[in-house]
Amino acid sequence: MTTQTPMDKTTDTTKVSTAPATPIIPLPHAAARALTVAGSALALIGTFLAWTWTDEFPGNLTVTGYPGGLQVLTLVGALLTLLFALSGYGIRGLGWLTPGGKNSPVLLAALGVFGTTGYAMGAISQELGGLVNLEPGAWVSGIGALVAVIGALGLPVDQPYGAQDPTPNLWGRIRHSLTAPEPSRAKDLPSWVEILIIAAGFGVGLYVFAYGIGTEYSELFIGFLIVTAFGFTAVTRAGLLKRLSALTAKHRNVAMAAAFVAAICFPFTQTNDQFALIGANILIFATVALGLNVVVGLAGLLDLGYVAFLGVGAYAAALVSGSPQSSIGVEFPFWAAVLTGAAASLIFGVVIGAPTLRLRGDYLAIVTLGFGEIFRITMNNLNGNSGPDVTNGSNGIPNIPDLEIFGFNLGLPHNVLGTELTRSGNYYLLMLLCTAIVVLVFRRSAESRIGRAWVAIREDETAATAMGINGFRLKLLAFALGASLAGLAGTVQAHVSYSVTPEQYQFAGSVPPNSAFLLAAVILGGMGTISGPLIGAALLYLIPAKLQFMAEYQLLLFGIALMLLMRYRPEGLVADRRKQLEFHETGQLDVPEDKPLPEGATGVAKAGA
Amino acid sequence: MTTTTTAPTSTTVLDATGVTMRFGGLTAVRDVNLTVNTGEIVGLIGPNGAGKTTFFNCLTGLYVPTEGKVAYKGTVLPPKPHLVTQAGIARTFQNIRLFANMTVLENVLVGRHTRTKEGLWSALLRLPGFKKAEEESRARAMELLEFTGLAAKADHLARNLPYGEQRKLEIARALASEPGLLLLDEPTAGMNPQETRAAEELIFAIRDKGIAVLVIEHDIRFIMNLCDRVAVLVQGEKIVEGPAEVVQSDERVIAAYLGTPFEGAPGKEEAAEVEAAEAEAQSTTEGDDK
Ligand SMILES: Nc1ncnc2c1ncn2[C@@H]1O[C@H](COP(=O)(O)OP(=O)(O)O)[C@@H](O)[C@H]1O
Ligand SMILES: [Mg+2]
Repeated sequence: MTTQTPMDKTTDTTKVSTAPATPIIPLPHAAARALTVAGSALALIGTFLAWTWTDEFPGNLTVTGYPGGLQVLTLVGALLTLLFALSGYGIRGLGWLTPGGKNSPVLLAALGVFGTTGYAMGAISQELGGLVNLEPGAWVSGIGALVAVIGALGLPVDQPYGAQDPTPNLWGRIRHSLTAPEPSRAKDLPSWVEILIIAAGFGVGLYVFAYGIGTEYSELFIGFLIVTAFGFTAVTRAGLLKRLSALTAKHRNVAMAAAFVAAICFPFTQTNDQFALIGANILIFATVALGLNVVVGLAGLLDLGYVAFLGVGAYAAALVSGSPQSSIGVEFPFWAAVLTGAAASLIFGVVIGAPTLRLRGDYLAIVTLGFGEIFRITMNNLNGNSGPDVTNGSNGIPNIPDLEIFGFNLGLPHNVLGTELTRSGNYYLLMLLCTAIVVLVFRRSAESRIGRAWVAIREDETAATAMGINGFRLKLLAFALGASLAGLAGTVQAHVSYSVTPEQYQFAGSVPPNSAFLLAAVILGGMGTISGPLIGAALLYLIPAKLQFMAEYQLLLFGIALMLLMRYRPEGLVADRRKQLEFHETGQLDVPEDKPLPEGATGVAKAGA
Repeated sequence: MTTTTTAPTSTTVLDATGVTMRFGGLTAVRDVNLTVNTGEIVGLIGPNGAGKTTFFNCLTGLYVPTEGKVAYKGTVLPPKPHLVTQAGIARTFQNIRLFANMTVLENVLVGRHTRTKEGLWSALLRLPGFKKAEEESRARAMELLEFTGLAAKADHLARNLPYGEQRKLEIARALASEPGLLLLDEPTAGMNPQETRAAEELIFAIRDKGIAVLVIEHDIRFIMNLCDRVAVLVQGEKIVEGPAEVVQSDERVIAAYLGTPFEGAPGKEEAAEVEAAEAEAQSTTEGDDK
């Protein structure tokens, strides 16, 4: 039945299963493309006109000839749509834009433009009280975006319908029109060109990221999210991301260096200390998430109390920081404090891991959840009242002094290369060093005998032990390593946030580094990858920080987002290196069962035993 | 190729004595004794549910036998799977248990775990010797993939291999631990006749490497071609053991496979009938293939 010969033509639909997919809106190809180009050009022109009459709406959209705020986002989206649409004309020099899908990127980009422009128009009329507040420019862009979407819906679809569902319904057809084939393998370019492309890729990434952090009002951030979400998907469907990741896989060390250079540049682009602080906090969150990825992503141990290890590191560092409220009146130099924090977490990890890692799966999750809460409650109780006075209970340890490393006081602004580096900028860079260490640890351990053993345990523990792997010892090793990495991050965190309190280390809370969000960052970003948790953490930190108005519904929205993600992209935003091996496999990915066995195959049923 | 019976000093590799495994009221394996000598291929047959896989699990430490002990080359093994593998017994699984999301090469590299020593520090600091050990492991693993005919697929994910190749990969992974004894649990289940024959060749080649083999199989012809000695397990008990021809014509074995014969009805005839029918079926499929 897997054969593709439709013997019976009894189906009364107009399509045959092997026929190419038809566009959603039946338009002649030339007309559809012309409409798309004209629409996106119109949307682009509209951004140079005034969208509203008053600058009461943030971003000042009243100036003609100079796009600002949300207009810039429409402009970028429209430009992207235009480029993708023109590339479909076969214009020389634009072909490289669409090595994968040709028309689905156009549709996605057009939808992005329509989304932000529509959102901007809605927000203006809502905040200023009515559609009358819209100036013609907004209508020009809005109608242009709509025309572009209609045109893009009329463009030919990139792929024929899949064999499983040869005659999808309307919703299926819309979803299908957003899919695209994989790009072919790229021709080899000279190394220096490839490296330049990598650098440019990371440069764009840094710019987008810094722009997101720097958005000053929530309307702009929402518009930013819409454009980047659609734009990113469009770029992915066009096959550009695959091409870039093929290049980064080829020049891994260069890519890594480029990523860090881009990250180092970030605080120099921020004059506002508040945004640099967001950057530092994202790094803390991301580093801890990456540490958790050793435990969850590599070894497959579901740890629901991981934030406790961050807490142990932070408390240890706070106690030896020389804070006047510390119960131990010592002040360690930073390197010693780091070792203390990491070692304390390590010990805590082994103490918790040794009894619990003999348990399997769900039990481990519950026990770690319990231990995480026990840590917080214990810190609350060591207040001199209900226990010995070590941690000041719920007041925590405040007034943690700023670090001074080699005479460089991280608490003061410094002038570096002509730009002002704020306190948060300093800590951002220190934290970046930590992140680099954790990235290196993750990468090196993953690509070794130990890392392979962890993955083997994750895949099938019984088979792993039968291959000679001491399951308990290796799981404990992963747990202890993960704990010490979190402890390392904790030592910096204590200084960044001036104080440590038990409430910072909850299972679930509204401020990101908590166990639930850490786990979500790993899963959302992509388990077992390096960039996945970093991206996941950045998103999970930025979205609540920028959209304060939805704080009440934060956990609800978070849950919905997670459910949608698990439904539509269970592997996370960044797929595992192993999942990128699609390049080797033509069409048989994920469906080994569907592959018909050779004629005469016997005992298939028996084999399932 | 069957004639290359290299039987050097036949020392005992595996010596299982009085192995008994009870699950609550059910005795899955009852007082089984079995030895395997170097250079031997021993078959273990029996109807479904006879306790063959359970016996393997007892040998490899996945189950702790209720009674009895297992010795490898004279030393009694602790019932811990990783120590058993460390000692030199490797196995495959009846229901394939590969590391599905690892590549073919990585699967084999995991098999080398006990034969390499590089720890976490060595990996983190890239101590001298780390790179060399990694390269050596890779070379050894590629050799084994070459040996099993999977070298071209080294970078594929294990789960994307066709069925027959997954079974081969299980064997390659087991061989990576440089065992002295290989336990194969139904290595040809789900294979077509050509693949089965290739598997036979492979097992002979393994034996010629000096690795003793204990194989569970349903396919009588396969066992006949392959094994020097066959043990029959029925309802947890070893009822016969001996050369393949002797075992095949044993009344009790036939009875066990075909059910207790009706009064006077000779089991042998029925067996012969079935055999003939199977042979015919096979020859027709072969004809189709040509
Ligand atoms: N873990 C277990 N718990 C309970 N019963 C088991 C377990 N493993 C195997 N058995 C039982 O032991 C018997 C032998 O099974 P098995 O060794 O798989 O047979 P075979 O491999 O010969 O087909 C079966 O009745 C099976 O249900
Ligand atoms: Mg079995």
